[in-house]
Amino acid sequence: MKRFVPLALLMVAVVLPWSTLNLPGLFDGPLNSPGTLQLLAVCLVFGGLALGYDLLFGRAGLLSFGHALSIASGAYGVDILVSHYGWALWSAVAVTVLAAATLAALLGSVALKTSGIAFSMVTLAFAQVGYILVNRDPGGLTGGEEGLPLKTAGLPGGLVGVVNTVNLYWLALAFLVVTVLVVHAIDRAPLGRTLIGLRDDERRIAVVGLSPYRLKLLAFVVAGALAALGGAVYVLVVGGASPHVASSEFTLALIVMAVLGGAGTRWGAVAGGILYAFLDQRLARLGGQLPGPFGQPLFVLGTLFILAVYFVPGGLAGLRGRFAPVRRALRRPAEVSAS
Amino acid sequence: MSTVVLLTLTGLGLAALYFLIASGLSLVFGLAGVLNFAHGLFLSVGAYVTWWAEPHLGLPLAVLAGVVAAAATGALVELAMIRPLYTRHTEQVLVTVGLSLAGVALLQSIWGADARVFPSFAFTRNVTTVLGAQVPDDRFLLIGAAVLVLAGLLAFLRFTRYGLVIRAGVENRNMVKALGIDVRNAFTLVFAIGGALAGLAGILGGMYFTSISPGQGGSLLIFAFIVVVIGGLGSVTGSAVAAVVVGVLQQFVNYYGVSGAGDVSVVALLAIVLLLRPAGIAGKAATA
Repeated sequence: MKRFVPLALLMVAVVLPWSTLNLPGLFDGPLNSPGTLQLLAVCLVFGGLALGYDLLFGRAGLLSFGHALSIASGAYGVDILVSHYGWALWSAVAVTVLAAATLAALLGSVALKTSGIAFSMVTLAFAQVGYILVNRDPGGLTGGEEGLPLKTAGLPGGLVGVVNTVNLYWLALAFLVVTVLVVHAIDRAPLGRTLIGLRDDERRIAVVGLSPYRLKLLAFVVAGALAALGGAVYVLVVGGASPHVASSEFTLALIVMAVLGGAGTRWGAVAGGILYAFLDQRLARLGGQLPGPFGQPLFVLGTLFILAVYFVPGGLAGLRGRFAPVRRALRRPAEVSAS
Repeated sequence: MSTVVLLTLTGLGLAALYFLIASGLSLVFGLAGVLNFAHGLFLSVGAYVTWWAEPHLGLPLAVLAGVVAAAATGALVELAMIRPLYTRHTEQVLVTVGLSLAGVALLQSIWGADARVFPSFAFTRNVTTVLGAQVPDDRFLLIGAAVLVLAGLLAFLRFTRYGLVIRAGVENRNMVKALGIDVRNAFTLVFAIGGALAGLAGILGGMYFTSISPGQGGSLLIFAFIVVVIGGLGSVTGSAVAAVVVGVLQQFVNYYGVSGAGDVSVVALLAIVLLLRPAGIAGKAATA
């Protein structure tokens, strides 16, 4: 039965835009209103981005602080090719993802010479260069601090306009599904088990005769390509790239999502990403009505995250295990009476 | 010539800020193994407390109040947040990440997201002529403060009992524990020192940039991370040398190259150092 839960959830997600259900408190309009669909699309994109990041952090044990660089390459790459050079969307996405994967391979080959905290700092430094470049607006390409709105002229008609928000929602869902398929395929393949081995004890992997460096680089490149694809979808959903996607805060948010959901678990990062993005957007909307620091989404999310690190070590995914004794205790009398 | 002198002194001024932030980070990392993302928060606490206290107390006392508040924040963070996660390094990093997000948001909710004009000592508005260059005096304030801190820190590490424990702890924490010394007090002390230095850096940075904003700590922090890695984790002298190299390089390339090239060149330097000497200039040792 358990195997069909994700499939059932996927079916619900696919047919959700036909529902006119009103959930006051959670959403401002009915489920199929453009505003709600866009909010949900952003949540789905973040679910995918968080899972892509978790391939590095939760699986391979690489605490990268530079993931935003790959996302920003995807976002700005597509935006620049479409808005400035008038490329067709699909070729722009293909070229950008390839370029971002190459960039990840180059930077990863340097950064992975180090390990542990030094690796974190090096990836942070590389990503900071991307942030600086985006903000300096070289040659008028990135639009500097203002960001670069996506010109709709080059896009397929089905992705333009408020009426077609539902297509963006499905696109975001497709991205999430692709990421889940890729990451779960890696989990099942020998590569996934080797990555977890690397996380737990790198020397043992080296003793077996495998090259930790190459495996980590492979994971880094795959994660980079997924992130770039996510960045491209994000640009379509929100209608433009802004320097925020290149900032270190963006990577920190991904870390928070992965940990909140349960790093290294099958669905933890996805759940964490969706929950974080939802809270972030809802709290920003409610900001004015909440007293003092609670009006700042980051204050609430940061505090929630700290509490989660202390009191819910396995994240959302770990909660199941925590309630297992309770469930067993509840079930036992029933079983006894049945037998 | 005068341009070179001005650029060098400005670069050294910037290096002074980097050093003040990086030395605390480096000691915290060397001893406790924690990459402290909340260090930027200490910076902002120092700056904002000084900004807030200045109209009431006057500037010198306000600076003192800022440094003390930042040191207290550092000690408090160690006691309340880092210590319960003893030896769980990834969780410790994660907690400081959460704290840096929540802390900046808290500052924003109290004082707003906009930059505030920061007070400064009257003499920093003068200029001094050095070898034909008109150098604003705030550079000398930064450099002087950093040199004093460097001397004081090295003396503390070399000549006091706590300095000895810290140096030994950076070298080999387990051995210090095995000798029956409670390293955890040294952790708190190092966090307090790091907080005080970061607070001072925040105050001096506020004077130098003439304004403060909640996010300022974060942007300085990234260059301080680079300085720590180049200088070698845990080494105060390494941090000082690396800070000078990074600050001066950044100024010169920014002046002679295109805008932003200085920041990129610093990261390029980081990549080169890591490829040639993965442990940084000084390696992992607290040199006193």
